[in-house]
Order: sequence, then C-alpha cells, then structure tokens
Amino acid sequence: MASSILSVSQARLEVLLADYRREVGRRRRQSLLVLAILAILVAIAGRFGEVDLGYLVQHISNFTSYFGRIIPKLTFAHFGADVADWYWNVAGWLKLLLDTVLIAYLGTLFGAGGAFLIAFFAAANLAPSNVLRWSIKRIFEFCRTVPDLVFALMFVSAFGLGPLAGILAIAIHTFGTLGKLFTEAIENIDMKPVEGVRSTGSRFIEMVRFGALPQVTSSFASYTLLRFEINVRSGSVVGMVGAGGIGQDLFVAIRKFYYTDVSAILLMIIVSVAIIDLVTERIRHRLSGRDGSR
Amino acid sequence: MSTRRTMRPDDPSAVLDRHRDLFAVSPLGRASALAAPVGIAGFAVFAVWWLEIPFSQIGPGLASLAKFVALMFPPSSGGHLDLLVTAMGETLAIAFLGTLIATVVAFPISFLAAGNTAPHPVIRFAIRRCLDTIRGIDALIWALVFVGVVGLGPFAGILAIAVSDTGALGKLFSEAIESTEARARESVLASGGTSLLAVRFGLLPQVLPIIAGQILYYFESNVRSATIIGIVGAGGIGLQLSEQIRTYDFDQVAFAVIMILITVAAIDWISSKLRFAIIGRRAVV
Repeated sequence: MASSILSVSQARLEVLLADYRREVGRRRRQSLLVLAILAILVAIAGRFGEVDLGYLVQHISNFTSYFGRIIPKLTFAHFGADVADWYWNVAGWLKLLLDTVLIAYLGTLFGAGGAFLIAFFAAANLAPSNVLRWSIKRIFEFCRTVPDLVFALMFVSAFGLGPLAGILAIAIHTFGTLGKLFTEAIENIDMKPVEGVRSTGSRFIEMVRFGALPQVTSSFASYTLLRFEINVRSGSVVGMVGAGGIGQDLFVAIRKFYYTDVSAILLMIIVSVAIIDLVTERIRHRLSGRDGSR
Repeated sequence: MSTRRTMRPDDPSAVLDRHRDLFAVSPLGRASALAAPVGIAGFAVFAVWWLEIPFSQIGPGLASLAKFVALMFPPSSGGHLDLLVTAMGETLAIAFLGTLIATVVAFPISFLAAGNTAPHPVIRFAIRRCLDTIRGIDALIWALVFVGVVGLGPFAGILAIAVSDTGALGKLFSEAIESTEARARESVLASGGTSLLAVRFGLLPQVLPIIAGQILYYFESNVRSATIIGIVGAGGIGLQLSEQIRTYDFDQVAFAVIMILITVAAIDWISSKLRFAIIGRRAVV
C-alpha cells in the first residue's frame, strides 16, 4: 500500500499553530482560574481550621515517637513471653471484638431489613404514590446524614450503656445508606418483567415479588455485605461513647496512653476487618458471577 | 386502569403439564434456597443471646427517647448562634483541607500502587498493604491520635481526615489508573516520548475525570464525618453536639442537626453539579 506524508503549506501551518496556541492558552487560563479559586478557599479554610504548620513541624516528633512507643518491644530471645506480655488481655479483647462484630451484624441485619421493605415504595418506577416516595427519601436522607455517633450518644442516654445502643445506632445509619442504594438499584431494573406481571392484573406486592425482586436480590446482597464490612469498622467507633464492643477499651487505651495496648487492639481490629473484607469479597464475587451467567 | 380479562385455556392442567419442568424444584435446590435465610436468622439469634440484649430496657428506653424528641421542639440555638456557625465553618474547613491534603498525598502514591505504573511488584504490594492498614483504622481513631500530637482543635481533625482518606483515595486512584487503556500511553512512547510524558499525555487525560469525581464524592462524605470528629475534641460542630446531648439540651441538638442537614444538602447539591459538569451523568464507581 502506498502511503504519503501529508504536507501542509507554511501559511496553513501558521494558522493551525495559532489556533492550537489559542486553544492551549484558553485551557491554561481556565486551569489557572480554578487554581486561584482553590488557593482562596484554602486560605479561608486554613483560617477556620486553625492550621498551624509551624506547630506541626515542631511537634511532628510527637507523631513519630507516638508510633515508636505503641510498637511493643519484642525480642527474639523471649519472643513468646513478649507477645504474651503485649497481648496480656487477649481473651477479654477477643470477646469484645466478637461483641463488635455481632453488634455490626445485628445493626446491618435490622437496617438492611428495614431498607429492603421500604425501598420499593421509594423507587421512582414502582412507587405507588409520589408523596410517599418523597417522604421516604427524606427519611433515608435524615438517617444517613445524622452521624451514627450522634444516634449512639442519644441511645446510650435512653437505653443505658451497652450493645443495644450501638445496634440501634448502626441499624438506623445502615437503613439510611442502604435505603438509598436499594432505591437506586430498583430504579435501574429492566421494566419489562414488571410490566409483564402487571399486565396479568397483579397487585403491587406480586409485581414486586415476581417482577422486580429477582432482578435486584444479588445486588442487594452485595450492598449489604459491603455495608457489613463498613459497620464492623464503625462498630469499633460507637463503642467509644459506651455503646458496647471493643471501642471502649481502645478509647481508654488511647486516652490513658497505654501505648502497647493501642497497637494490640488496633492490630486485632485491622486483622478482623481484613478477614471480613476477604470473606465478603469472595461472596460478593460469587453473587455477581452468578448474576452474570444468568 | 387496566381491566382484568379472564383467560380460558382449553385445559389448564394440560398447559401446566407441558411446562412441568419449569416449575419443578429439586429438594436439594429448595434446601439450599432455605439455608441462607435460616443461617442468617440463626446467627442473629446467637448474636442476641451472646450480647445479652436487655429486652426489659427497650420499653423504658423508647419512653425516654420519646421524651427527648418532645424536648427537641421547638429547636433553638440556645443564644449562641455565632458559635454554632463558626463550628460549622470549622467542620467545612476540616473536610475541605482534609480531602485536599489526602488528594495531594495519595495521587503520587497511587502510581506506585497501580499494576501498570508501579516500578516493581514488591513496591506495589508494600504500598497496597500500607494503604489497607491506614484505611482499616477509622478517622475518629486517627483524630484521637492527632489530638495527642497537635493538641485539641480543628487542625487535628484536618490531619485525621487527611490520613484516613489517603488510604481510601490511594486505593481508588490506583484502581482508576489500572483500568486505563494502555494504547494511548504506548502511542506516546512510540512517537519518542519519555515514560513521564506517556503518563502525562497518555494516562492523565483518561483518569482525571474519574479522579475528580471521586474527590468530590469523598469531600461530600468527609463533610459528614467531620461533623462527628469534634466528639473527641478535634474541632467542628461535633463538640457542641456531644456536649448538648450529654447535658440534655435537646432543643439545641435539634438545631445543630438541622444545620448539619442543610449544610450537607447544600454541599451535596454543589458537588453533584460540579461532578456532572466534569464527568457527565454517570455514577462514580
């Protein structure tokens, strides 16, 4: 195949180059403008946020020495004894960790259950009434915007210290976030099966059960599993305000500077979150794989 | 309204017989379909038993909760509106600067963590595990740590959000980089560009819109998390909120919560407008 290199006359080239430069210049000016706005925002936010870089630089040694101190002294000679010393309360912590996981489990279960029942009334393509739909969406928004820790604080005041407050706080937050995700999943379904069921004269509940539900179960399940992971993490935090689980011990360890305890508990949390991550990821992949082959 | 029509097949049972295998469910299939719900419910029962949920507290608890809600009306600023507005400003500043710092730090790191740009698999693996560890610790715990380092105040909150988001954004950015097409980069290399130029002109244009969307999404979520970070003394409206809950000033709690709701809604609206302007109407993954 013959090929030739396209040649452009000098005059034409000048015009093209001028166009190119103008275009690049325009985009540069745009980027500069964005950067300037960003700089102004940073300055304002820096004032509000009491940013003090000098202080940070002066005290950065605190940060590094903090991590130096939370790392336990493990010697090779007495490795077993050192580890035993580091994890002196391993039985108690394991029990608290299990508490945290179970709090997250129950919270996720109740939140997801509630969201599942309500979401079909909030989806634009299925909702029987617009007023109902609008109000459910606002409720979801409220539940996920108010931080779970605020709910936890209130529930601790109402129900007393203990896991009940944590479960309820996580359940409400999960209800809000999953409600939104479930609603969006329902809004994305193929409407043909729904129309098919509707054309046989079925009621709302049959339409949902046979038209919509089979399309969304696997994505609902994987959203819920993902949320469970996140909730295990936040379960360790709601404990800080007295809502059960390992958070309380972690809070005390950080506040009272029991350095090696901090690293011991954090390591346990990180490892268990990682394990849950792995397991739920497996299940999610299987669920989505089955969905794809269908 | 659709009208119902009665169907009159010649013989319903004959039709059913013809499609018998469509409705047949093997006992094994039925058992496995039942296994998941039964397992979930069983574990829930175990959890309730293990945690020793005090059912007797639920009644009185709900009663006092109703009392709290009744106390919330009418919401009042308690005479220090300026304090609350400043605290809300602090919250926004924490979210903004935290996200910004996290972006600036996570961006270069993510190239080392992405499979197609990492200089060596060992480096990639090490960086990924570091990011995972950072991510595994909640922002609130980072806040506690930083309160110890830089003292009480919003600066600790900024650093906490910056660190915990570096983990999350680093992972997301590296995944975005991995999902790019190699062809654009190869063509830059083929025309004699250096690998730096290949990244600048072959890779960045592909990832920037995705990354921008993710940053905005994280900013939204950080505004939410910055509202609670004050509970441990790291600045923002959380401090006021937790104090008011502890002192049972529920009218002020309601006021602060309404402020948070309005601010978050406004931020969501602005950032979704920006997101759509940058990447068009598609979901951020």
